[in-house]
Amino acid sequence: MACSVLLSGAVSGGPEDIPPPKGVYSEDTLCVEPVEVMRRQHFDYILDHRDRTVVEGIRTKQYSLIGCIDCHITPNAQGEYARYSQDTHFCASCHLFTAVNIDCFQCHADRPEEAIRKAQEPDVKAQQSVPELHETLQFSTITFDR
Amino acid sequence: METVRFSTIDARSAQYWVLLGLLAFGALVGYLAAHHMDVEGHHITGMNNQIVWGFPHVVAVFLIVAASGALNVASISSVFGKIDYKPLARLSALLAIALLVGGLIILVLDLGRPDRLIVAMTVYNFKSIFAWNIFLYVGFIFITAVYLWMMMERKMNRFTRSAGFAAFIWRLILTTGTGSIFGFLVARQAYDAAIMAPLFIIMSFSFGLAVFILVLQASYAWTRRQLGDAIMDKLRVLLGIFIAAVFYFVLVYHLTNLYATEHHGVERFILVDGGIYTFLFWVAQIFIGSVVPLALIFVKPLNQSRHMISLAALLVIAGGLAQLYVIIIGGQAYPLVLFPGMEESSSFFDGVVGQYAPSIFEILLGVGGVCVALIIVTVGIAILEFLPESLSDKALRLDPVTS
Amino acid sequence: MSTEPVMRYTLDITEDISVERRNFTQGIAALAGLTLAPGVFLYCAAEAKPDDQAVSSQQRWGMLVNTNNCQEDCDACVSACNEENGLWSLGRPATDAQWIRKLNVKDRQTGHVTSMPMMCQHCEHPPCVDVCPTGASFRRVDGIVLVNKHTCIGCRYCMMACPYKARSFIHEPLQDQLPHSPRGKGCVESCTLCVHKVDRGDNNTACAEACAKEGHQALLFGDLNDPESEISKRLEQFGGTQIRADLGLNTGVRYQGI
Repeated sequence: MACSVLLSGAVSGGPEDIPPPKGVYSEDTLCVEPVEVMRRQHFDYILDHRDRTVVEGIRTKQYSLIGCIDCHITPNAQGEYARYSQDTHFCASCHLFTAVNIDCFQCHADRPEEAIRKAQEPDVKAQQSVPELHETLQFSTITFDR
Repeated sequence: METVRFSTIDARSAQYWVLLGLLAFGALVGYLAAHHMDVEGHHITGMNNQIVWGFPHVVAVFLIVAASGALNVASISSVFGKIDYKPLARLSALLAIALLVGGLIILVLDLGRPDRLIVAMTVYNFKSIFAWNIFLYVGFIFITAVYLWMMMERKMNRFTRSAGFAAFIWRLILTTGTGSIFGFLVARQAYDAAIMAPLFIIMSFSFGLAVFILVLQASYAWTRRQLGDAIMDKLRVLLGIFIAAVFYFVLVYHLTNLYATEHHGVERFILVDGGIYTFLFWVAQIFIGSVVPLALIFVKPLNQSRHMISLAALLVIAGGLAQLYVIIIGGQAYPLVLFPGMEESSSFFDGVVGQYAPSIFEILLGVGGVCVALIIVTVGIAILEFLPESLSDKALRLDPVTS
Repeated sequence: MSTEPVMRYTLDITEDISVERRNFTQGIAALAGLTLAPGVFLYCAAEAKPDDQAVSSQQRWGMLVNTNNCQEDCDACVSACNEENGLWSLGRPATDAQWIRKLNVKDRQTGHVTSMPMMCQHCEHPPCVDVCPTGASFRRVDGIVLVNKHTCIGCRYCMMACPYKARSFIHEPLQDQLPHSPRGKGCVESCTLCVHKVDRGDNNTACAEACAKEGHQALLFGDLNDPESEISKRLEQFGGTQIRADLGLNTGVRYQGI
């Protein structure tokens, strides 16, 4: 069964709250693959790359999770980086909407290194409040084709 | 013997549902404890980076070892042709499956990532004894189930002996595998010993029979079925022999270790100044778990009472848990020797005895596993014909005990 | 309700190597340009492998610990490791992870104390790899022993098997892990020989860098398979001991002065 998902208006606040990615991958394509491909198959790329990196030590950037995070997780107007537990996190925004449960970020950094190092500074750490995972979820625009 | 009739027990009584309810409650609480451990992480348990396997592993290994031992009664009838034990064979096989399932549930729920059970079932490293054990456990359940089918389906009875033989061989390999989990740990002073495998096999004979005796007595008493002295007397003597055999293997294990100066440290720890482990070894394992039951079984007039057999079986179980506590936790508590003959110290507890006290969550998880095993038995005997209607001397055509 | 047309894509994971290769060769060319010597160009290329190339068994990374240079009151290597890999203490010493620790060994007869860092010894025949039921504990072909945390089920059998007490189990949920050092609850972990730095071509580990910065020079990282490497030369000249050599594990970390 093929499932087509529309992102618009998926999450409370909408994607306009998600800061845009840092840049584009190349002149031909915005992301490391065409956006429609990435929407459906990003995990296949990440999974394949994962095993090559861990076992063989291949460290190309194209499908690396660090690469995804570095480009997609950018600070908002207040200079804050979203955590995966927030619905303004690029990955969380869609996973919440599609009810996909992943455990990547139990171990992996959900923000670029500079954001994490910043969060480790004592004065920042003291005033951090991590919001609970989304109270409001709207399952309004999931459509199944077959 | 053909006249022995099997029937399901009457599951309509209030006592039956009270028992089942209590067991279900225990299993549920055990699951909740495991879930809490999974959410909070293992820091809420007594386990740490020094004692990596704790109380859940003691109970789980006990159940797994006892599972293979519980099958012995069936093996004695099918493989060794002792026809007197045949009426007990079905319960023996059911109990074997039940105990194994209970033990495995504990092991799985204690994993750091129980959600990855599917990984454990699909990705194997064939050099790992753990990986072999996954096959051995699943295979044991399968083979024992087939064996039960051969016993319970009249048309299949002619295959009982072959199936029983396969199950017997498999259970020997299985306990060898369980013992080897410890026997193959070259780095640990207390474990690196080939005798671990046969020691575990003989432990399984003893623990498994003790559990079997208690389950048999309870199910016959609570269903008001006849349980004759003759069959109980046979089980009593058998248990005595197994206890003595375990005692002998423990003796050989420690004597061998005591001969080599290299092992004096760990032997001194277990036998002399290991605190709780020394206490558990001498008082719980040796005195309560071996000497007293041997007396209850062989010394007249103590051995004349049915209750003394139950008590002996109960003490064997307590002693067995203590023995596994000493082996599993005591073996880890004794510090790893990186530089033999030297004194080691570090921020990572090198050279100091590991501290461990089981948390309530670990105990509840252990009890939960036992409850699961007993639920399987309780439900099993109510829906299928596992128990003979009578095990009286007359029904079994055994000579009454005269001694 | 609108419906997007269903589109099918075949997954063809061939990476866009050209972009990365271009960057890499540019970097090398810059280095070569600075040195003006073609021989050094080749040397540089051998140091940092291209990102798209798998590690090879031609290397065997290892460490040499000179305990004569190691100071008993110094734990710079430990702090550096914690900082580099984001090992933040949770205030529970019995369950906190320690990838490297300072070990003091005292001779009962003479009272002589030797101080040394102790960590994963990156064995050629690691007991942790032997016992791991899922193969999550593995030895990379270049000699680095790692845990694949994607398949680790948290059974802790490797911790039972390790003769060096080198491994830690993560006993609680973590957050704010560093990107190059993913780690989380329920898995076992240990020294990675700074695998991210090795793959980056740093040719050093955080602990060895910190030790050198302190001026102690007790830790040397290098390729045990390369006879021209500093570590091989020193080992050839002065020798090096394996801890628990009796186990025959052929450790990648060797010690002098014990």
